[in-house]
Amino acid sequence: MITLKVNGKKVSADVDPATPLLWVLRETLGLTGTKYGCGMAQCGACTVHLDGEAIRSCVKRVVDAEGKNITTIEGLSNDLSHPLQQAWIELDVPQCGYCQSGQLMSAAALLAESDNPTDNEIDEGMAGNICRCGTYSRIRQAIHRAAAIKTGGGRG
Amino acid sequence: MNATEMKRRDFLKTGAAVGGGLLLSMYLPELAHAASMAGPSVPNAGGAFSPNAFIRIAVDDSVTIIVNKSEMGQGVYTSLPMLVAEELEADWSRIRVESAPVDAAYNHPSFGIQMTGGSTSTASEWERLRKMGAAGRMMLIAAAAKKWNVEPQSLHAEKSFVIHAASGRRSSFGSLADLAATLTPPTNILLKDPKDFKLIGKSTRRLDTPGKVNGSAQFGLDIHVPGMMTAVILRPPVFGGKVVSVNADRAKAVAGVKDVLVVPTGVAVIANGFWPAKLGRDRLDVTWDDGPNATLSTVGMREQFAKLAKTPGLVARKLGDPAKALAAAAKTIVAEYEVPYLAHAMMEPLNCVVDLRSDRCEIWTGTQFQTVDRMAAAATAGLKPEQVEIHTTLLGGGFGRRANPASDFVVEAVQVAKAAKVPVKVVWTREDDIRGGWYRPMWYDRMAGGVDAAGNPIAWTHTIVGQSIMQGTMFEPFGIKNGIDDSSVEGAADLLYGIPNLQVDLHTPRNGVPVQWWRSVGHSHNGFAVEAFFDELAHAGGKDPYELRHALLAKQPRMRAVLDLVAQKANWGKPLPPGHGRGIATHFSFDSYVAQVAEVSVDKKGTLRVHRMVCAVDCGRVINPDSVKAQMEGCINFGLTAALKDEITLDRGRVQQRNFHDYPMLRINEAPEIEVHIVPSTENPTGVGEPGVPPVAPAVANAVFAATGKRVRRLPIRLSN
Repeated sequence: MITLKVNGKKVSADVDPATPLLWVLRETLGLTGTKYGCGMAQCGACTVHLDGEAIRSCVKRVVDAEGKNITTIEGLSNDLSHPLQQAWIELDVPQCGYCQSGQLMSAAALLAESDNPTDNEIDEGMAGNICRCGTYSRIRQAIHRAAAIKTGGGRG
Repeated sequence: MNATEMKRRDFLKTGAAVGGGLLLSMYLPELAHAASMAGPSVPNAGGAFSPNAFIRIAVDDSVTIIVNKSEMGQGVYTSLPMLVAEELEADWSRIRVESAPVDAAYNHPSFGIQMTGGSTSTASEWERLRKMGAAGRMMLIAAAAKKWNVEPQSLHAEKSFVIHAASGRRSSFGSLADLAATLTPPTNILLKDPKDFKLIGKSTRRLDTPGKVNGSAQFGLDIHVPGMMTAVILRPPVFGGKVVSVNADRAKAVAGVKDVLVVPTGVAVIANGFWPAKLGRDRLDVTWDDGPNATLSTVGMREQFAKLAKTPGLVARKLGDPAKALAAAAKTIVAEYEVPYLAHAMMEPLNCVVDLRSDRCEIWTGTQFQTVDRMAAAATAGLKPEQVEIHTTLLGGGFGRRANPASDFVVEAVQVAKAAKVPVKVVWTREDDIRGGWYRPMWYDRMAGGVDAAGNPIAWTHTIVGQSIMQGTMFEPFGIKNGIDDSSVEGAADLLYGIPNLQVDLHTPRNGVPVQWWRSVGHSHNGFAVEAFFDELAHAGGKDPYELRHALLAKQPRMRAVLDLVAQKANWGKPLPPGHGRGIATHFSFDSYVAQVAEVSVDKKGTLRVHRMVCAVDCGRVINPDSVKAQMEGCINFGLTAALKDEITLDRGRVQQRNFHDYPMLRINEAPEIEVHIVPSTENPTGVGEPGVPPVAPAVANAVFAATGKRVRRLPIRLSN
């Protein structure tokens, strides 16, 4: 039995300790917002936070996440109030939407590090996340917008 | 107001919704012509819920639009409800969306099956869904007229209320729904004058975004049904291979693996989750019979295609006397263009949930091809089509792959469910997706062109070599005429430039690689060959590539306007730093006109960078401008991945790529600045989801030439070669 702290709640899962965290989140805990895209840390669709750091849950053994604070897209906010969620809605970033949980979690880690990231910092911080629909220019704009909302720019 | 007379054969079906309210659907029998391809229509039982409807108005005032198109990112869950709500005069802030079940009422008005593709959703529903909304409004007004004993003409609808302006009386749609459901539907449907549109033409935020930013949006892979097992399938390493023997001992030893089953497509490992199923598959020991495709190689195919390209094929279009004109030309050039097989690589790998019972089959999947999938699933399960129910989830990308002519991923899942005797979710890994075939075909094009002494093109020949997508599918009868698959020559045979002597011909070699439509289909390769070669011909004649296009589009005012706009917005002709170049391309596809300018740089090491893409589009009347922009942005990045990155190659029958490390996607640090300009139009809406793709590769290739003097004739672009 493995005990995890997910989105502030303690949960336990009776799984093989070597199972990737992704599948425990999705299938054991029912948190399907975190997506499978490649299984080898190439696309970022499975990005979650482990003690605030953005990691690829498809290659992280669940046992290695024990005792750490795990945040998934479902824990970003419970009311769409996170500045990134506001900005994503305002600029209609998603198309198919499948990669966007991962994009948002990577962006959230980036924003936590830098209040006002430059285009270069955004490109660097977000290069691990693929969007096949090609929403990249909106992701860039939305991160800038979220930075403005976060630092008191309010809703526009 | 315009009065659109409904044909007598058209009729409206109404009924009460469960829990009270008005159900309204319109069935246009003359449009649903392919009855044999579609399941029978489910009649609306009075008083009972019927899924055969586009609008549901409940007594709680909610207005639900049932959308018959699959949402795969293109925005149909917003743009199509906008069409209904505009005419219904519904309060947009309270609109809900549901995906339609499979029913003939939801068939594509032109194609006669329920499907999403060909960039046709808006164009094909433009009239029908507005009529649906208008009919609903008229019935609600009629109900209020009856209730208040006033003339319908004295009433109007606004924000989900019917209002009697003279007396100030108001009644909400919900409060009128039960009465409206008892009324006879109108025979004369009045549509708004476009100048009165309140929603259509205004950028409207997508209704599906909130669910896509908090993790609640449900894709096929997110579906769970009680008692469900997960299946991962080991498919043959060579297309068409067969299982000879299986040793499943090690697979069955994995905790959580319940069964290992030989199915028609390979060996299925059934487990209580994805991870044990995948681990079990890794431990299978299977002996295969590789079959007839064991020696396939793309190197060999390329040689075969190149030889064929030098011989005349079946003529798809001929104008004047191109051979004579080439012989008489002041200058002629010949060039060969080629593009590889490409995988769709949607972010959500294929998956399908099947709950198969003795008398029914329930399927949950993200599909673009409901009617075809239902027929195929029924045949596989030994059921009638109406015993098969398909729940269309959100699609994590489609790009054509989820409209499979053989319903491959659905049929396979039904086969697994049949063998496993429990509800199953079949999950494809990324490797399964990249190696699973159904690719955009590989193409080889040989072009020849001639210019007169003044540098004006007088001759153009284009020999196309590649597999047919339609061949062997149910679409062959209308997709292939006189041996020519229209999708092989689209974007080439319908060249818009005025060149007096022209020939386009086609060779259709067969081989064992399964091929399929891939975002923009034939245009995806013909756009590249045609527009890059046009650039060569312009330079051969000493002409500016923009000026020559402008001159030869004299009879194509819409394309010319798009071309002029993009040239102006991209500062065509203005100086750029050394090592930088601009390239221009146009392309007509899915009835839309698109022109793009790429601005690139190539450094001394040969590193190519695309800095900026400027795009102009004329897609007729625009429903949701921001959505059109988003689609153009997406098309451009999709086209750039194909131009710069990818190829599927085969050696000894085996696909050599497997995941994003060797089949890479464009990433944000490589994505250019994109500018989209929409040409205002009052013409009927045309395609948006695909037409932005074809001009991308040639615009970039032409820009590389401008920057370096080096011609790019093969994709993906490899400047170091």
